[in-house]
Amino acid sequence: MLALENYLVLSAILFSIGTIGVLTRRNAIVIFMCVEMMLNAVNLTLVAFSRYLGNIDGQVFVFFIMTVAAAEAAVGLALMIAFYKNRESIDVEDINVMKL
Amino acid sequence: MFDLVWLIPLCPLIGSVINGLFGKKIKNETVIGGIAAGSVLCSFFVACGILMQLLSLPGEERHFEKTIFTWIQSGQFKADIGFLIDPLSCVMLMVVTGVGFLIHLYSIGYMHGEEGFYRYFCYLNLFTFSMLCLVSGNNLLLMFVGWEGVGLCSYLLIGYYFHKKSAGDAGKKAFVMNRVGDFGFLLGLFTMFWYLGGQHNVWTINFRELASHAELMPVGGVTTIICLCFFLGATGKSAQIPLYTWLPDAMEGPTPVSALIHAATMVTAGVYMIGRMNFMFIKSPTALLVVACVGAATALFAATIGTAQNDIKRVLAYSTVSQLGYMFLAMGVGAFGAGIFHLMTHAFFKACLFLGSGSVIHAMHHALHHEHSDADPQDMRNMGGLKAKMPITFATFLIATLAIAGVPGLAGFFSKDEILWQAFSNPHHGEMNIILWGFGACAAFLTAFYMFRLVFMTFFGETRLSEKAFHHLHESPWVITLPLVVLACLSIVGGYVGIPKVIGETLGGIPNMWEHYLEPVFAYSTEYMKHAGAHGEAHSVAMEWGLMGVSVIIAFAGIGLAAALYIVKPTIPAAFTNAFPALHRAVYNKWYMDEIYDFAFVNPCKALGNFLWKGFDVVVVDGCVNGVAAVVKGFSGMLRYVQTGLVHNYAFSMTLGVVVIVAAYLFS
Repeated sequence: MLALENYLVLSAILFSIGTIGVLTRRNAIVIFMCVEMMLNAVNLTLVAFSRYLGNIDGQVFVFFIMTVAAAEAAVGLALMIAFYKNRESIDVEDINVMKL
Repeated sequence: MFDLVWLIPLCPLIGSVINGLFGKKIKNETVIGGIAAGSVLCSFFVACGILMQLLSLPGEERHFEKTIFTWIQSGQFKADIGFLIDPLSCVMLMVVTGVGFLIHLYSIGYMHGEEGFYRYFCYLNLFTFSMLCLVSGNNLLLMFVGWEGVGLCSYLLIGYYFHKKSAGDAGKKAFVMNRVGDFGFLLGLFTMFWYLGGQHNVWTINFRELASHAELMPVGGVTTIICLCFFLGATGKSAQIPLYTWLPDAMEGPTPVSALIHAATMVTAGVYMIGRMNFMFIKSPTALLVVACVGAATALFAATIGTAQNDIKRVLAYSTVSQLGYMFLAMGVGAFGAGIFHLMTHAFFKACLFLGSGSVIHAMHHALHHEHSDADPQDMRNMGGLKAKMPITFATFLIATLAIAGVPGLAGFFSKDEILWQAFSNPHHGEMNIILWGFGACAAFLTAFYMFRLVFMTFFGETRLSEKAFHHLHESPWVITLPLVVLACLSIVGGYVGIPKVIGETLGGIPNMWEHYLEPVFAYSTEYMKHAGAHGEAHSVAMEWGLMGVSVIIAFAGIGLAAALYIVKPTIPAAFTNAFPALHRAVYNKWYMDEIYDFAFVNPCKALGNFLWKGFDVVVVDGCVNGVAAVVKGFSGMLRYVQTGLVHNYAFSMTLGVVVIVAAYLFS
């Protein structure tokens, strides 16, 4: 049985990797995956606390987050396909048509 | 019947709204014209009923006020939408609705086939509504609403043929000059309100209340200022010196409009207003003198211009200005009844003259059109000999001309002679009387001359039209001739309501019904003059007969001169013109008054306007607005670099924000 700290550290590491990925990568799909990773890092924290405190609320939150993440994945991927059809690229540097 | 007075202005308003909103859909000219003329006819019947009831009352009870609702109430100030019926407003109601109906009827024939037929009748009805408000309103503010309303309708109707630049310009000129006068009217109203309210705590603009407080007004002083302001308003509306130049230009409108607005009704509003405010004017000898002098000067001045014009409508326009001058002369010598009398008879014969000239123009237009000639159908030099082709128009025109020339037995004689006698014998102006009379008499001579010049050039002699065009001339349809006949009859009999005392007595004591009828309206002025102990020098009956004889001789002399110059020896006018080219040019060009006005007022105003446009509006006003915009643009130009359009930058600033917030939370 691992202690709470182990989960939290793992979660923090995953979250940081996600954040750095979002900030540094240019491929939109990778950024997207990084965002998913950050969400899952938070999920992990919530589940760990839920278990630690013996309270089911945290797990309910996780379900919500997973639902939202699924919807977000659908919308985000659709956007990317639409963008790719227009620009033949999914590089975020190219998403700048509204710039002056 | 008195309670129905609100119907009188309402009927034309309804007609105007129907024609204005649905006229374009109705299309059928008979229906549109029928609605317009019918609504005025309704008003006429109501006005007749009211007159009957008024006449059945004894003299001192002949007034009635009907308040529909309170329009404005503010502190002590109160203005009603209310109507005043008394002998004076009754006369005006009868003239406006009666002559107005005839002219509406005439317009159906005259405007046949014109583009915007419904628009014309919408405006004409709206005009009738405004004019009826003006003459029946029971307070100065409602009168002013009508006053502005008729000005607006006049503008719209002068510019009826708006695709012609000259018509648009004439409309603007009329509107602007009227505005100058209206400004005077308003100043007079304010000054009076301020004086009576501030000094005597009488806050009212109701005519009857004002008349009952008339003794509060001082003799001269502020009363003179008020009266002169009101008179400025009257000069604008009634085309007197110095604001008369718009009226001749107003002839750009359709001819029935000239007859209704610029001869019979609207331009007499100033005379009516002075009659209504007689209790004020009688207290200011200075103002009366100014009114009399301006009236006499205008009568003579406009008559001189009338002698040299070739456009049939322009002659009539200057004649109108001149006759209005007579009315003001009457007002200025305290003969209010005589002025209103001339107003009525003038409405009959001048409407008849204008409608007759319209009939001539109508026929000329068709005849010239057949020939594809582009000669001016209004120029008398193209006419001549029309009496054979247009007998009804000729007969009615001749009757009206005899009336305006002052031939005994016709309407114009009685009213004009009354004015001249009053100018000679009134107790107000002392030494000036003989001069005023002289001006009036000279104007009477010129009137007879130029009117018969017009008749001779138009109807007599050899025609100056080509044979083919002359062949195509024809008399106008009945809707045009019927009003002519009615108005000609009125030009004959209209004068017999006011037979001068001296003739009446000789004929066995016929009283001057007109003076008697209007007595209650001018009661205060009469009383005041009696109290002041002023009466003119005693003049013998022989003197009055003598002057009457002189004015008859003058009239016939004018007619004779015209006959000599234009029938017997038509070569003389040309020879005269050649002998005095400068004089002829000056008269023909209206003494260069328009040019003088352009130089003295119009161009400086334009220059000032240009300066304010280019110097102030463009530089200061636009500068402020553009300056604000430029500052905002500068700031936004700097701020826009924050929005890079790069997702990474946004994501980074979000992360940074979260870190800062969390750090602040943790370390605080």
